[in-house]
Amino acid sequence: MTTNTTHTPNNTPSTNWRHKITKPKKNRYRWLIYLLLALVYIWAFAGIPLNGIKETAGQITRAIFTGLFSPDWNYVYLPEGEDLLRGLLETLSISILGTFISTAICVPFAFWAATNMSRTRWFSGSGKMVLSFVRTFPEIVMALLFIKAVGPGSFAGVLALGLHSVGMLGKLFADEIENMDQGPTEALLAAGANRLQIMWFAVLPQVLPGFLSYTLYRFEINLRSATILGMIGAGGIGTPLIFALNSRDWDRVGIILLGIIVMITILDLISGAFRKKLV
Amino acid sequence: MIELRDVSKTYPNGTKGLDRINLHIEQGEFVAVVGLSGAGKSTLLRSMNRLHDISSGDIIIGGKSITQASGKELRMIRRDVGMIFQSFNLVKRSSVLRNVMAGRVGYHSTLRTLLGRFPAADVELAFQALDRVNIVEKAYARADELSGGQQQRVAIARVLAQEAKIILADEPVASLDPLTTKQVMDDLKRINVELGITTIINLHFVDLARQYATRIIGLRAGQVVFDGPVSEATDERFAEIYGRPIDDEELLASRLPSSQELEARAR
Amino acid sequence: MSMHPPHQNGVQAGSSPQRPEAPSKLKHYLTGAIILLLLWGSSINTEATLGTLIQGAPNMLDLLREMFPPRWSYFDNIVPAMLETIRMALVGTTFGAILAVPVALLCASNLSRSAWIYQPIRFVLNLVRTIPDLLLAAIFVAIFGLGTLPGMLALTVFSFGLIAKLTYESLEAIDRGPLEAMTSVGASSIQRIFFGVVPQIQAHFMSYVLYAFEINVRAAAVLGLVGAGGIGHYYEVTLGFLEYDKTCVIILFTLAVVLLIDYVSTKLREKLL
Repeated sequence: MTTNTTHTPNNTPSTNWRHKITKPKKNRYRWLIYLLLALVYIWAFAGIPLNGIKETAGQITRAIFTGLFSPDWNYVYLPEGEDLLRGLLETLSISILGTFISTAICVPFAFWAATNMSRTRWFSGSGKMVLSFVRTFPEIVMALLFIKAVGPGSFAGVLALGLHSVGMLGKLFADEIENMDQGPTEALLAAGANRLQIMWFAVLPQVLPGFLSYTLYRFEINLRSATILGMIGAGGIGTPLIFALNSRDWDRVGIILLGIIVMITILDLISGAFRKKLV
Repeated sequence: MIELRDVSKTYPNGTKGLDRINLHIEQGEFVAVVGLSGAGKSTLLRSMNRLHDISSGDIIIGGKSITQASGKELRMIRRDVGMIFQSFNLVKRSSVLRNVMAGRVGYHSTLRTLLGRFPAADVELAFQALDRVNIVEKAYARADELSGGQQQRVAIARVLAQEAKIILADEPVASLDPLTTKQVMDDLKRINVELGITTIINLHFVDLARQYATRIIGLRAGQVVFDGPVSEATDERFAEIYGRPIDDEELLASRLPSSQELEARAR
Repeated sequence: MSMHPPHQNGVQAGSSPQRPEAPSKLKHYLTGAIILLLLWGSSINTEATLGTLIQGAPNMLDLLREMFPPRWSYFDNIVPAMLETIRMALVGTTFGAILAVPVALLCASNLSRSAWIYQPIRFVLNLVRTIPDLLLAAIFVAIFGLGTLPGMLALTVFSFGLIAKLTYESLEAIDRGPLEAMTSVGASSIQRIFFGVVPQIQAHFMSYVLYAFEINVRAAAVLGLVGAGGIGHYYEVTLGFLEYDKTCVIILFTLAVVLLIDYVSTKLREKLL
């Protein structure tokens, strides 16, 4: 401002600056977007069902919280089986096995989808399409279908997790392959190596740490998913939880929730520590 | 040993990488290829190992045409031609020894190499190769723990373990500092003299080429504009190769810190 | 011929004295053994056998065969449920985002007054984040009864946890300069946040909200399985009556909606950043 006044002493600064700049025009269609958004929100919020809440809601909430703070400790271990520890162990087993299966399946998919591993973009593009299709397919729906095929139980859960995780893991693995340094591949090619040898000596050593880190990350996600699979009959801690909820056994709900929270927290810490070491 | 007959290479966008090149390189020669960047040095070297395909002409390596070869035959020719790169091209997360052993894969069945069942003689060879470039104590270190000069020496050891009869080095010292440049060039020269391995090396620095090579090939716009012994490669001839007098930038000596600078750094 | 192969000549005979010891491979073997043990134990615990899979394979093929061709006429029946699903996701994300703002501000170590405030809140936030959405929905169904309300609440809590965490992490990464400038002109703490923090964080925040919305649409599509409203309920209906061609319509419709919303959201996020 001061420089303006010194250069053009005849004009007062307050009138002068207006010639120099005009307010940038906002996007013309901006108001249309806002209107659309407002309409969507009116539609969405008009549909919130506020009536019909059970009078018992407050009572039950209180009961759940009392249940959380006075859990049914006896349920932790029962000699004749069907207790918390066994349920959690089964959940853990489902996620370990599910993660393993998806890792094994997704490696070829990842090489299919990685742009630097195929000659044509069309080829890797089709691989990416398949992976994103698998990713959008909810694991719980997969579990429902697998229950129809292999019967209810944890095996259906394992298969559902194993298949669903391929979508995300395959994409992450493919990204890892695409970010790889091409130099060693060239060096091996120049030394007279064939395709398999190049894969083994130049590609795998580079991508393996990333693969492992993503696998652990996916394991953390799968562990959470495995806790809910039982709600639809695909094994794990979800089954006793839904029974306890249905029979309003709040103390048992409390101990199961506590068990899930503790298990997930501990395993997140362990897996996170391993992942830090890998990078 | 190596023969290039009327070799041309045209890139898809129409630029000529190599233009009717005829060369004959004898066993045990130490050839430096010089020229401005973009003159076709890299294309020439990579064509000899068929990391690039050429458009016309023929390249004969040890009596066999590499341009005609494919599959196993191509891999066998490549096995005898070692390649050293500007960016070293080591697997950074693997150990030094494993990187050197990678030079041996062409000698064994796929299954055997994948299982890692290299014969004891191969391991011995790898260690001797590492010893030759004075880096044997790092055998079990991870490659990314090494300095740039050390990594390039590992790459040389890989070529030695490969028992290559020809070494192609594509700007091997371009990403190294002057001191390690000397060490790496000394290693390459010693290997050339002691083992008689034919060595062809792309160099940016004119004085390095004069110091180490026995023969200099000058490239300009994909054509050979000079080919002769070092003694004939005078400053005037270099001026022809480059199309202008030699710049400071083309001399390694200009990159060496002056004594005043060193003194200032020491303080 | 003057040339000799390198391993016959030119190198000192025998190994050189400073040749290093090979590192022990015990660690690798041990890791391998532990992983195998874990997998073995897991497969026993889940009764997972290849035999069951092979026995089940024909069932699976039958299932797939019965899914095709999809019964397109069923589409009309599920459109209202799909709209309800989107509504649940929208409402849940919105409330979750609103709740997340103050909590994120309290959690950020560079904006909060003391560790005594932000550490406990972070702890609770982490606990909330361990509970999967479907589980939250099941609990809310137990409290409020069947319907979309428990679904909305579950998604609210879930997106609250997600958005609050992502937001406080990027709050901690903001540039301190503008904050100091606001302090130096004598701003109150609310003014500091409005002029020093909000402009730095709003694009990130919006992109986290959109991301949470994408996840919530997927989640909302299955919440109906525990009675929390939306299209998920129809999986049970159709699968229960073995009407797999109808199930197929639900799956395809859901995929289409999810992909469409993902696409729109990704475009919007690209515009933001």
